[in-house]
Amino acid sequence: MYEHDVLVVGAGGAGLRAAIAAHEEGADVAMVTKLHPVRSHTGAAEGGINAALHPEDSWELHAYDTMKGSDYLGDAPAVETFAQDAPDEVIQLEHWGMPFSREEDGTVSQRPFGGLSHPRTTYAGAETGHHLLHTMYEQVVKRGIEVYEEWQVLNLAVTDHDDVEDRECHGVVAYDIASGQVEGFSARDGVILATGGPGQVFDHTTNAVANSGDGYAMAYRAGVPLEDMEFVQFHPTTLPSTGVLISEGVRGEGGILYNEDEERFMFEHGYANNEGELASRDVVSRAELTEVNEGRGIEDEYVHLDMRHLGEERILDRLENILHLAEDFEGVDGLDEPMPVKPGQHYQMGGVECDENGHTCIDGLYAAGETACVSLHGANRLGGNALPELLVYGARAGRHAAGADMKEPEIQTGPSAKIEDGSIGADVEIGSLGGSDEAVAADGAAVDAGTVVDAAVQREQERVDRLLEEDGINHALVRDDIQETMTANVNVFRREDNLIEALEDIRAARERYQHVAASDPSRTYNTDVLHTMETRNIIDIAEAITAGALAREEFRGAHWREQYQYRDDEEWLKHTLLAWNGGNPELYYKDVILEGEDKVYEPKERSY
Amino acid sequence: MSADDAENSEVTPEAQAAAEAESSEAGAESDAESGEAAPATPGPQADRMAKKADRERAREETESTEEIDEEETVHLRVFRYDPEVEAKAEPRFDDFYVPREEGMTVLDALIEARDAYDSSLTFRHSCRQAVCGSDALFVNGQQRLGCKTQIADLETPVRIEPLPHQDVVKDLVVDMEHFYEQMQAVEPYFQPDDLPEGDLEEQRQTPENREKVKMSTRCIWCGACMSSCNIAAGDNEYLGPAAINKAYRFAMDEREGENAKANRLETIEQEHGVWRCQTQFSCTEVCPKDIPLTEHIQELKREAVKSNLKFW
Repeated sequence: MYEHDVLVVGAGGAGLRAAIAAHEEGADVAMVTKLHPVRSHTGAAEGGINAALHPEDSWELHAYDTMKGSDYLGDAPAVETFAQDAPDEVIQLEHWGMPFSREEDGTVSQRPFGGLSHPRTTYAGAETGHHLLHTMYEQVVKRGIEVYEEWQVLNLAVTDHDDVEDRECHGVVAYDIASGQVEGFSARDGVILATGGPGQVFDHTTNAVANSGDGYAMAYRAGVPLEDMEFVQFHPTTLPSTGVLISEGVRGEGGILYNEDEERFMFEHGYANNEGELASRDVVSRAELTEVNEGRGIEDEYVHLDMRHLGEERILDRLENILHLAEDFEGVDGLDEPMPVKPGQHYQMGGVECDENGHTCIDGLYAAGETACVSLHGANRLGGNALPELLVYGARAGRHAAGADMKEPEIQTGPSAKIEDGSIGADVEIGSLGGSDEAVAADGAAVDAGTVVDAAVQREQERVDRLLEEDGINHALVRDDIQETMTANVNVFRREDNLIEALEDIRAARERYQHVAASDPSRTYNTDVLHTMETRNIIDIAEAITAGALAREEFRGAHWREQYQYRDDEEWLKHTLLAWNGGNPELYYKDVILEGEDKVYEPKERSY
Repeated sequence: MSADDAENSEVTPEAQAAAEAESSEAGAESDAESGEAAPATPGPQADRMAKKADRERAREETESTEEIDEEETVHLRVFRYDPEVEAKAEPRFDDFYVPREEGMTVLDALIEARDAYDSSLTFRHSCRQAVCGSDALFVNGQQRLGCKTQIADLETPVRIEPLPHQDVVKDLVVDMEHFYEQMQAVEPYFQPDDLPEGDLEEQRQTPENREKVKMSTRCIWCGACMSSCNIAAGDNEYLGPAAINKAYRFAMDEREGENAKANRLETIEQEHGVWRCQTQFSCTEVCPKDIPLTEHIQELKREAVKSNLKFW
């Protein structure tokens, strides 16, 4: 068994930042990641990092924009802490050598982004995430932080007290991809889940193949509620054939969207009369699909994003990477012709419920970055707010896990924060099938840390052995079923009958999953086993997203319901929580906190 | 074992023919060319293979009703090796015939081959958009990223092998450890002499200086350059193009101080550093991010000379 003070699962932006912070607090910290750190999907982020750096800007304005963008489902303490900490984090990154784009006077450049009242987005070309990821990995190397790379974490080692708020996390079980060994990792002070997004739940996504949402699923099955999972961001500008992202930076710099009739539809069809292309992402995605659905799409599939008028010099200076992406993945020269774009799954606003210190309701278990739901983004995330989130909340989780003295959180977590029971309102079963494959947490009265980890290792070892030894169906068939039904039924536009159909399909997929096995018998670098494990996580997350989408009978932010065309603050100004509850998921609600330090964020109509 | 061995010695025409005869599990449509049954290996392995062959046949029967034969396919010849699996312990090539799709990349084709025909086919991949650097492969004799190489631009059969000059772990997966060690050897992190003290005060950097280091910061650690380099192949201690480029990225960044720069020049000037480069440009040719690696190495040579002259 490996032992450390703090274990960070995942080595993208949030994980790296958390590890550095824990290390600075003096903890013996190690990272466990299924990819080498520089392969993490933070590297694909393009646009930028929002931070109120300019003297005329302020954290208050950043907080206000974020709250408005969230459609008033963000929690004020999370939003304000974020806006306050972001400038320091960006400057810290600059001090670590991040190659930001610069002004003539040598200061860090900032550009306009959707939903922002001030040009607040710092960036490094159109490859900001790549530079952020590498800059922080450099700092991890510098500090000599141990990285267990190409180790897939299979499960958490958590006690199984009846009340999840009594449970403790003592470590993780991980699978060494190179050798097939299953090993226990004991964490004396904390485990931080920073495993990124769940894009593989959908088949048209900007996310990486590795983004199977492992952290959400592991925390969920250990008892931590998933919060607001129905809020999935569909990015308005992805390449139609692959889902590769075309940065919002293109519109930030002045790129224009056209329909088949060459109308600038954001204005001409009244979707956003003030902000046009720079309206919030959910608004633009719906506008594009409405154009397509009403017959004004190109090839009935996509719209055009035109940046030619910006001129070659400006494009090469600020958006060069976009030219490469359009050329390599769509065969289009962005200097010569408009680029085809359509909405694609991009970001999960919801996630593992935690407080401002990243702490979940299980002692010693943390979440940070996209995996977490503090809740900062509420019903819709603003462009440029994901990267500062992983800096701010990665750092806070790292510090807290390492024992730093931090302010008591204002956000309450766990079942004790419940204000109201909920229901998915349909006669479809969700959760466990009752099979042994889905056992939760650790054994009965085992509270000794070593025993808890050992028991978890034992269980995962049996799972791996079974996949290797038994004969069964290919997990890819199950994953395809999930991706198809999610893309068809739980997309930008949502209808009740479609959502129910999706839940039924997911149930069927879960049953099929009972019969999966790896056909590769080798212990050496067995990605068949690895992907089969990931698919189990995909099933749980798909179900959580769909259950939340069915339960929430209103239209808020990224969540659009055909029958409920208005935001309903009377009834729905609350967070959706889904708790695994030993395999019988329980849906309930908790309050949204709109009271900030000095002001209350009164919900207003969200127009751009 | 390394891919070179297979390239140079194992894959004689006879060995290829033998490999084809063994590659029954590859590609449901490849029966005309490959053998029918799994190789007769004893024990549970044989049972598994036999069952798998049954499944393949069943799948094939359902698929044959769907006019698969007429569909245009892409022929892949993929390097296979697994020290632990008897049928793969000797390196071989498997043939896959996957349905051709518009805009299909080498990575798309490999994913299709794996998900539809043989889930043991092993390769690294993640982002699908040329930024994670996981899928550098040796495709038709050149180092390329699978995700940004269009099938339509390649001659068929498309021959896909692991990166040469690195140990093969399994199939297309190579051991990257040596590459990472070389990257670490150049102290790959920013080392400023001092930092501004004011609140929220950034270090200043001119747009020109940022432009100067821009290309060098684009490295995605894919290892294509190192694999293409003859010098690195012959001198295991040679830092290699990627690591030297990383040193360049910092040495040329005006935010690092003079001391740091002097240390960096010392590092890259050592016996297995920049002077080993014979400017063959192979690294520059294969770099998927178009980094002018050879130029960067040359520039560091000049900087090193200048710096040494200062001390004379």
